[in-house]
Amino acid sequence: MSASTTPVSPNTVSRSDSTPLTQDGQPLKRSLAKALRREKLRALMLISPLLIFIIVSFVLPIGDMLFRSVENNIVRDTLPGTVRALSDWDPTVDELPDESVYAALADDLMLAQEVKIHTRLGSRLNYDQPGISSVFRKSGRAIKRLDNEAAMAALVALEPAWNTPQAWATLRDMKAWPAQFPATAQSYRNWMAWLKSEEGDDVDPTQLVPHGFTYAALVHDLQKMPAAKIESFVTSTNTDAAALFTNLAGNIADLPNDDFKAQFAKIDKGWVQADNWQAIKRLSPSITDSYFLASIDTERTAEGITQKPENERIYLRLFVRTIFLSMVITCSCILLGYPVAYLLANLSVRASNMVLILVLLPFWTSLLVRTSAWKVLLQQQGVINDLLVWARVIDEAGRLVMINNMTGTIIAMTHILLPFMILPLYSVMKTIAPSYMRAAKSMGASDSLAFWRVYFPNTVPGIGAGSILVFILSIGYYITPELVGGTSGVFISNRIAYHISSSLNWGLAAALGSILLLLVLALYWTYDRIVGIDNVKLG
Amino acid sequence: MSATAKATVTTPVRGAAVRFDHVQKSYDGVTLVVKDLNLDIAPGEFVTMLGPSGSGKTTCLMMLAGFEPATHGEIYLNDKPINNVPPRKRGIGMVFQNYALFPHMSVAENLAFPLEIRKLGKSERDAKVKRALDMVELGAFGNRRPAQLSGGQQQRVAVARALVFDPDLVLMDEPLGALDKQLREQMQYEIKHIHESLGVSVVYVTHDQTEALTMSDRVAVFQDGVIQQLSPPDALYESPQNSFVAQFIGENNKLSGKVTSVNGDRCTITLDEGTVLQAEAVNIDGVGSRSTISLRPERIELEPALDRDNIVEGKVLEVLYLGDHLRIVMSVAGNNEFIVKVPNGGRLTTPVEGEVYKLGWSAVDAKALDPVT
Repeated sequence: MSASTTPVSPNTVSRSDSTPLTQDGQPLKRSLAKALRREKLRALMLISPLLIFIIVSFVLPIGDMLFRSVENNIVRDTLPGTVRALSDWDPTVDELPDESVYAALADDLMLAQEVKIHTRLGSRLNYDQPGISSVFRKSGRAIKRLDNEAAMAALVALEPAWNTPQAWATLRDMKAWPAQFPATAQSYRNWMAWLKSEEGDDVDPTQLVPHGFTYAALVHDLQKMPAAKIESFVTSTNTDAAALFTNLAGNIADLPNDDFKAQFAKIDKGWVQADNWQAIKRLSPSITDSYFLASIDTERTAEGITQKPENERIYLRLFVRTIFLSMVITCSCILLGYPVAYLLANLSVRASNMVLILVLLPFWTSLLVRTSAWKVLLQQQGVINDLLVWARVIDEAGRLVMINNMTGTIIAMTHILLPFMILPLYSVMKTIAPSYMRAAKSMGASDSLAFWRVYFPNTVPGIGAGSILVFILSIGYYITPELVGGTSGVFISNRIAYHISSSLNWGLAAALGSILLLLVLALYWTYDRIVGIDNVKLG
Repeated sequence: MSATAKATVTTPVRGAAVRFDHVQKSYDGVTLVVKDLNLDIAPGEFVTMLGPSGSGKTTCLMMLAGFEPATHGEIYLNDKPINNVPPRKRGIGMVFQNYALFPHMSVAENLAFPLEIRKLGKSERDAKVKRALDMVELGAFGNRRPAQLSGGQQQRVAVARALVFDPDLVLMDEPLGALDKQLREQMQYEIKHIHESLGVSVVYVTHDQTEALTMSDRVAVFQDGVIQQLSPPDALYESPQNSFVAQFIGENNKLSGKVTSVNGDRCTITLDEGTVLQAEAVNIDGVGSRSTISLRPERIELEPALDRDNIVEGKVLEVLYLGDHLRIVMSVAGNNEFIVKVPNGGRLTTPVEGEVYKLGWSAVDAKALDPVT
């Protein structure tokens, strides 16, 4: 249109050719988008209830759960001062951290045991450092008995003003606070939280002096400060602050302090073992790969990531078993379901409805009932063994073990998942006109040749759909393996359930779940590459 | 049989002879779908089984192909009984209603399938596939999947596949049913030409009379499991043997009455409202019996110039202009659906609705047949 109106540069012509315009000169694409926007909005509104429901009840919780596989704020939140003090410590030299770390630990634990979160941290650390949880439990009980008066006494002896709330107010008002007094500031915060938990909201912390741990932290801060810095406090224009530090300057290096290291060593030997400190240091970042490492039977040691000892490896074996059993179950579903689906598709409508009801019958029964029925059938004193003994196929001593092992899981799960194979197969077979087979036979093909060359290839989309359904369902199956799997027939999902509800190691459960999810997605992707996902038909 | 004779002259006959000998078929053991079928098909003949749905024509085809066993009687292929021969050993090419092209194979693979089964070498196979595809003018489509072809193209592939292994007999089960009218007409000629050039026997099932009349050497009109008439197309139209055939093939006016006299192949019939008409006695029981006269609409003359055997008056109810002819609905002798077709000769004067006109026709065009209730 624009090309015909005015003489335009070739550039404009070519552009107008590529973007067609409407009558009023708007680009056609934009007009179309505008015209469709209303409909799109309406469509979106129609699905929004489901969308919101899915996001709120499915996507967000699962996302949160998966995030737990790497989330690790607990160390940082419970031992903030210790984590900060440990930043100077090199875990590779196999030396214990210095006294300032122990002071920070005492301070952090004082608050943690007050709000009762130290055992939780102990359990978390115990996943990576077996035995450490008892160290934390013991310390929580002993922490109140720690001797923490030395630093305070020393400071007050030099400068009595340190025993007044005003001294602390002055300190908090200084420009150097909190940057120059990191340990003290952290300890002061801990103390305020402790005080609030201990005494409630009635007391005003500004009217009190903090407990001994905070004085110990102050001494550590001062001792780490260059002498010139303290000198600058003394000579500063802030006279209140100068007064506080005048008598301290020069005596800092010799100030006695509380010996928390020795006291902790007395509470539990664990505190003077470098590996415990290495574990704390390793787990102090807020994001961790430790759950994922544990999920694949590895751990991070001083030498880097290594495999766990043979007798502690369980998850890889469980993953392999889960995938292997799921494949076996999928294959047996194909073998058993294919003839049934064929029968269904080729019977008269009345008869096929009857068979379809039989296929769907298990859906009307509780999963637990079905699984329990298999227990009754398969157990050593059960129906099948009794029949075999009666028929003299086996003797009393040779009763088959078919339950509480892999066999039980395969049999019960094949039965439970069979309809998921039959239904897609059936709906695909239903669409295959009988004339295909007739055509093949009229051209000279024998029954089996006509089946394999003509009928079977046309059912492959159904096999694909059924296999994906059955495989994905079985890879995450939990109830049946739990009930009939014994020890050799349980799946990875049973382990996940164990960590969710018994060991409460949700991080590990989340990591295992994430790996399972990735496995399913990877298999799905592989299937798409090999067979093509368009080739999946549900009817 | 004249058409068959013509076919034998033009091409070497390689077609198979088929004979149905007292064949009966019942699915449920209560009703007979095919009642005592006797049919001879000569080598190279094109025979169409025509009839309404449920008349048993497809069942006959399926029995011939071997997909349905005959309940009674014997079918012979080239004088050999084939009741116990499985379909794959009958060597019959077949075109199915919805083509039954294998969707997972390309067109060429579809065509090569019967050749592979016959264990032909690859080069021979390719040559035959190419020849068959060229025959249906689809040489460039060998690599396509059936789903990528139009309905007409799929139909041609189905025909090519039925012929590629050189069968002596080809069965076609309503192969053009899914095509639109224009394509259907075109395919009718193509199938006819292929048949003529190859000389195979064809048994063709359809419910479309135009298809049957266009293509066949002989047409077997089926109703209720019985062949009502087996004739070349012209005989079927010109001299129907009974009222069903007369009605089923082409358009037809019915006038019912009683036979009042019979004179050789002529008879007089007195219609229920009194009019006496001269007709050709084709299928009547004798004087006093009831009969229905069948009369083609184009054989009736409006305001006849010559003296005709039958002259009646009719009132024009409706006039439809159809280009090449006028179609006039009239009320004649109590029949309000009496159709008259007047060819458009150029100087046509359109009859006026509501007016009464004289109509005339010869006695030979009025066939006295069995009564229709």
